[in-house]
Amino acid sequence: MSERRTRSGLLRIGLVMGALLVVAAFAGPMLAPYDPTAPVAARLAEPSPPGPPFWLGTDDLGRDVLSRLLWGARVSLLVGLVAMAVTMVIGTVIGLAAGYCGGAVDAVLMRGTDVMLAFPGLLLAVALVAVLRPSVWTIFVVIGLVSWTGVARVVRGETLSLRERDFVLAARAMGANHARIVVSHVLPNVAPTLVVIAALSTSGTILLDAGLSFLGIGVPPPTPTWGRMIQEASAYYRVAPWLMAFPGLAVLYAVLAFNLIAYGLAERGRPGR
Amino acid sequence: MRYLVGRIVWALVILLGTTWITFAIVFVVPGDPARVVAGPRADAATLAGIRRELGLDRSLSTQYGRYLWRLAHGDLGRSYANRQPVARTLAHRLPATAALAGAGLAIAIAIGLAGGLATAPFAGRLVDRAALVGSLAILSAPVFWLGMLALYWLGFRWRLVPLGGAASLRHLLLPALVLGIGTGVYYARLLHTNLQEVLTADYIRAARARGVGPVRLLAVHALRNAALPLLTIIGLDFAALLNGVVLTETVFHWPGLGRLAFDAVLALDVPVIMGTVLLSAELVVATNLAVDLVYRIVDPRIRLG
Repeated sequence: MSERRTRSGLLRIGLVMGALLVVAAFAGPMLAPYDPTAPVAARLAEPSPPGPPFWLGTDDLGRDVLSRLLWGARVSLLVGLVAMAVTMVIGTVIGLAAGYCGGAVDAVLMRGTDVMLAFPGLLLAVALVAVLRPSVWTIFVVIGLVSWTGVARVVRGETLSLRERDFVLAARAMGANHARIVVSHVLPNVAPTLVVIAALSTSGTILLDAGLSFLGIGVPPPTPTWGRMIQEASAYYRVAPWLMAFPGLAVLYAVLAFNLIAYGLAERGRPGR
Repeated sequence: MRYLVGRIVWALVILLGTTWITFAIVFVVPGDPARVVAGPRADAATLAGIRRELGLDRSLSTQYGRYLWRLAHGDLGRSYANRQPVARTLAHRLPATAALAGAGLAIAIAIGLAGGLATAPFAGRLVDRAALVGSLAILSAPVFWLGMLALYWLGFRWRLVPLGGAASLRHLLLPALVLGIGTGVYYARLLHTNLQEVLTADYIRAARARGVGPVRLLAVHALRNAALPLLTIIGLDFAALLNGVVLTETVFHWPGLGRLAFDAVLALDVPVIMGTVLLSAELVVATNLAVDLVYRIVDPRIRLG
C-alpha cells in the first residue's frame, strides 16, 4: 500500500516540477525583475554575490542572474520541446516503417540506425552546427537529427509485435489499406510507450542543448541560455561560484522533472512489480 | 569462426556508413564545400585549387570515391587554424582521451557494481527509492556543471586535487570521477533491476536451500548472471561516454580529442571537427566489436546458440 503511494509519487513530483517550469517559461519575462541583457548592478566590472536587490547575484557584465535564468527557462524549454518533437517524428516514422514493412525496408532502416548510433550525438551535432551555422532553427533540427535512434528502435520493436496481432490481421482481412492500419490500429497501441519516450527524450534534448550552449554553439546571443551562462561563469568559478551554480541547478531541475515523469509513467505502466 | 568473420564484416559495413554520413556533412549539406574544407580566410586561388583537388566539379559518387581514397591513406585534410594535417593532430591527442575514457569507464563499473549490490537487498523499500531519486538527479545534472562543482569544492576549496591540466596521474582522478559517476549510477540501476530478476530464479533458491549465505548468494551466484547484460550496455553506451569526454575535457583542460573539438568549434575549424567525429565513431564501432567478442567468450550460451 505505502509502496504504491511512493511509486506514483515520482510521477506526481515530476508533473508538479514540470508545471512550475512551464509557468516560469511563460511568465518568466513578466516575473523577471530586470532586463536580462542590460547591466543593472551598482558595480559593473565584477560579479556581485547574491543578496538584495539581486537575489541570485549579478554576473561579470552587471546583469541580474535571476532575470537571465527566467528568460533562459523559456529558451531551454522551447528548444527542449521542439527538438523532442522533431526527434519523436523522425524516430516514430522510421520505427513504424521498419517494423510494419519488415523485410528489406526494415533491414535498410535499421542498418542506418546502427550507423547513426556509432556517432556520439553531441559531436555529430557540433559538426552539423559548424557547417550550418548556429541559429534557433538549426539547433531544433540538429538535435532532432542526432537523437532519433533510440525512439526508432523502441517503436520498431513494438510495431513488429503488433503487426502479427489479431486485430491488425482482422483489419487487413477486412480490406483496410496499410496507411489506415498503421494510423488507426498500430499507432494508438504504441502511444503509451511514445509518451514515456517523449518525456525521456525531452530530458535528453534539454541536456544536449545545454551542452551545445556550453560549447558556445547553442542558441546565439543575446538570448540568455543556461548552458552559455555556465560557460561564461567558468572563468569566474573561484571568485563567483554562484554564477555557475544557479544555471546548473536550473538545468538539473528541468531535466530531473522530465526524468521523473518518464520514470513514473514507466512504473505505472508496469503492473504487478 | 563464421560468426567472427560475419561480425567483422558487419563492423566494416557500419564503418563505411559512418564515412557516408561525414561525407554528406562536408560535401552535400553546405553551399560551398571548398570553403568548408579550406576555411573562411582562404583566397580565390586556394579555393580553385581545392575544388580541383577534391573533384567538386565531378559527380557526388566520384567525390565520395576520392574522399574514401584519401581516408584510406590517412588523409583527413588540414586544420584551418594551423595548417597541420588533422590525422597527425588526432594521433597526438588520442592517448589522453583513451586514458580519460578508460579511467572513467573503470570508475563507472566500480560504482555500478558497488551501487547495484548495495541497493539490491532493499528493493522497493525507502532506501531504494531514495537511491533511485538520487541516481536520477545525478543523471539529470550536466556533466560539465558537475565538473565545475567538483573543481570548486575538491580542487579550489579543499585543495585535494589539481585544478586542471594533465601533468600527472593525480590530474586524471577528478575528470575521470566526473565522467564516470553518471554512467556509474546508470549501471547501478540496471544491475539492481537485473539482480531482482535473477534472485527469483530456481538456481538461486536451490543455492539458498543448500545453505549459501546471503552475501555470497548475492555477490557470487546472482551477480554472475545479472552483470552479463551490462557488458552489452557498456558497448552500446560508449558513444554517450564520449559525449561526456568532450564536455569533461573542456572543463578540465584535458589535452585530448574533446578539448581539441572544443577549440575547433570556437574557430569553426571543420576539418578538425570532422576528423574528431569520424575517429570517435570508429572508436565506438571498435568498442562494440570488442564487447561482442568478449561476450561470446564469457557467456557460453551464446557460443552454442
